[in-house]
Amino acid sequence: MTPVLEVRNLSTHFMTRRGVLKAVDDVSFTVGQREIVGLVGESGSGKSITGFSILGLVDPPGRVVNGQILFNGGDLLKMSPTAMRTIRGKRIAMIFQDPMMTLNPVLSVGTQMIETVQAHDRVSRAEARARSRDALGLVGIPSPEERLDSYPHQFSGGMRQRVAIAIALLHRPDLIIADEPTTALDVTIQSQILFEIKRLAAEFGMALIWISHDLGVVAALADRIMVMYAGRIVEAGQVDGVLSEPRHPYTSGLLSAVPAAVPRGEPLRPIPGFAPSPLSRPSGCAFRDRCARATDICATEPMLEIAAGREFRCFHPHLWSAA
Amino acid sequence: MTIPLVEAVEVSRRFSRKLDYAEKIANLFGAGLEEKTVHAVDGVDLAVYPGEVVGLVGESGCGKSTLGRIMAGIMPPSDGEVRWQGKSLTALQGDEKRAMRLSAQMIFQDPMSTLNPRKRVIDLIGEAPKVHGIVKGRKVRDYVASLTERVGLDASYLDRYPHQFSGGQRQRIGIARALAVKPKLLVCDESVAALDVSIQAQILNLFMDLKREFGLTYLFISHDLGVVKHICDRVVVMYLGRVVESATPDELFDNPKHPYTQALIRELPSVTDRRRVFTPIKGEIPSPLHPPPGCHFHPRCPKAFDRCRVERPVLKKNGPGHISACHLNDLSVTETKNATAETAI
Repeated sequence: MTPVLEVRNLSTHFMTRRGVLKAVDDVSFTVGQREIVGLVGESGSGKSITGFSILGLVDPPGRVVNGQILFNGGDLLKMSPTAMRTIRGKRIAMIFQDPMMTLNPVLSVGTQMIETVQAHDRVSRAEARARSRDALGLVGIPSPEERLDSYPHQFSGGMRQRVAIAIALLHRPDLIIADEPTTALDVTIQSQILFEIKRLAAEFGMALIWISHDLGVVAALADRIMVMYAGRIVEAGQVDGVLSEPRHPYTSGLLSAVPAAVPRGEPLRPIPGFAPSPLSRPSGCAFRDRCARATDICATEPMLEIAAGREFRCFHPHLWSAA
Repeated sequence: MTIPLVEAVEVSRRFSRKLDYAEKIANLFGAGLEEKTVHAVDGVDLAVYPGEVVGLVGESGCGKSTLGRIMAGIMPPSDGEVRWQGKSLTALQGDEKRAMRLSAQMIFQDPMSTLNPRKRVIDLIGEAPKVHGIVKGRKVRDYVASLTERVGLDASYLDRYPHQFSGGQRQRIGIARALAVKPKLLVCDESVAALDVSIQAQILNLFMDLKREFGLTYLFISHDLGVVKHICDRVVVMYLGRVVESATPDELFDNPKHPYTQALIRELPSVTDRRRVFTPIKGEIPSPLHPPPGCHFHPRCPKAFDRCRVERPVLKKNGPGHISACHLNDLSVTETKNATAETAI
């Protein structure tokens, strides 16, 4: 089965006055059909820019400087803006963290949804409205017919995020990229959204890239997980494998820093130090200054190792008895 | 019996939007417009004892931040009374009042909006102790340097501005500023919510070290049950302005009594306990403008029965140090089963 998306050696750099900021640096991964992939990392790790790069949403001074993004076999980076427009919102949709920023506050939700339908399909307004109504119903918004005439501010945060998901679903895309979509929501509302998205992805056979800093959410939702640090994917594999037996010291560091990892009241085990500034990353492994396992060899670039369905970039990976 | 360091007694806080002129004129013609009132905190009792770490959890709009501000003494309650070491805040005068104000300090979620961007670290931290005579003018620099080092910031940063720091470092500045006036109580309002997990762990460790070193008491406000479970001695759960349950963390997680607490714990995503199915509770958090009658949680509660729709449940003891406000407490085990079975049909 061919993957929906194949990203090869993607690099997105920002040409700033203070130098070249390598937000995404030589990132490669694939997303299979119907697969849910979690992309995790701390702020500044480049996970959002990876998502933006796929959809061609990187603004100057940022630029995709290298790589290929193959979507159903065609390279998105080589496409004309017109061709890209037939894919963006139609075959690949995006859900952002804050729907208040992405929904137009002066247009009713219905108007915005009808516009989205008619941007890609030549259908009558009545039919576009019917499709919008169905999409709202699908994501669990009560009385969708009346809600089409509501404005974004008349929805609660959780309901606005449902609207954003409904818009993403309008064209039954092959791939949805969701950038921290539940970060701003309360626990019970987050749980409702995760429940709906999991159901819908299975129902329509969509692939999903779920960008999040919350390992717990990704653990519950995704099939596969990719961990980013300083613009690179440092580890990737099946969720259960990566979280139970992490190979990269950064992944294991993240896992032991959560409060649940130590008995109640005992000191937590944070990763020492700070993430390096993206303008002045050290050569070799960017994590080595914070890593207990680092040696001199870490000053050179670790190659990507692939073993038993697991990928990681490390000279001194954790060894597990099963491996 | 020890006296609580700070105690809220039957505290309520309402926010109303007054009618503007156009609306008042419209009312003269019989429009019948009324003031909109939000009941942010609705008759809450909460005592925090010296040396305790009390966690206050709940979802957005449940009134936890408002209650925190009231207990820190920076916002007066609409009804009820706040007592500081047994004395009503309204009765405190002069020096006593000033001492109380200094003893209760707050640390906020976003230090960027609480640190003056045009002041240097030395002034941000040093101004209050200088004004209040805790340290003499010439010694301010040394004093601030010792504080910043204590919270894990290099003393060479004293002449920098807030924007030159990362989020975690800014939070450390906020903590040093609170410590500078030698407080007894720290009210932390979502103080680690905006931080990445490894930085969050560093700050939480710092809080626990400071507690031991300075004998601090914490009121720790957070929506993150995982964090609260780890550092608190007692957890208080709020829903729409009211306390619904309070217990030690172990008791609360092992034996939650209120259906809302049960849902919160069940739906908490966790790395260690990987759950692949979601069983979310239905419905939205109701607007605090028009809270539902009876138990505020009844429209979303899977176990609600007739009494929940009319009568407000009171907090009752479930065990040592464990209280909850739910009508299910009054039913025997068999009755509970029947009531649940009825709603299931």
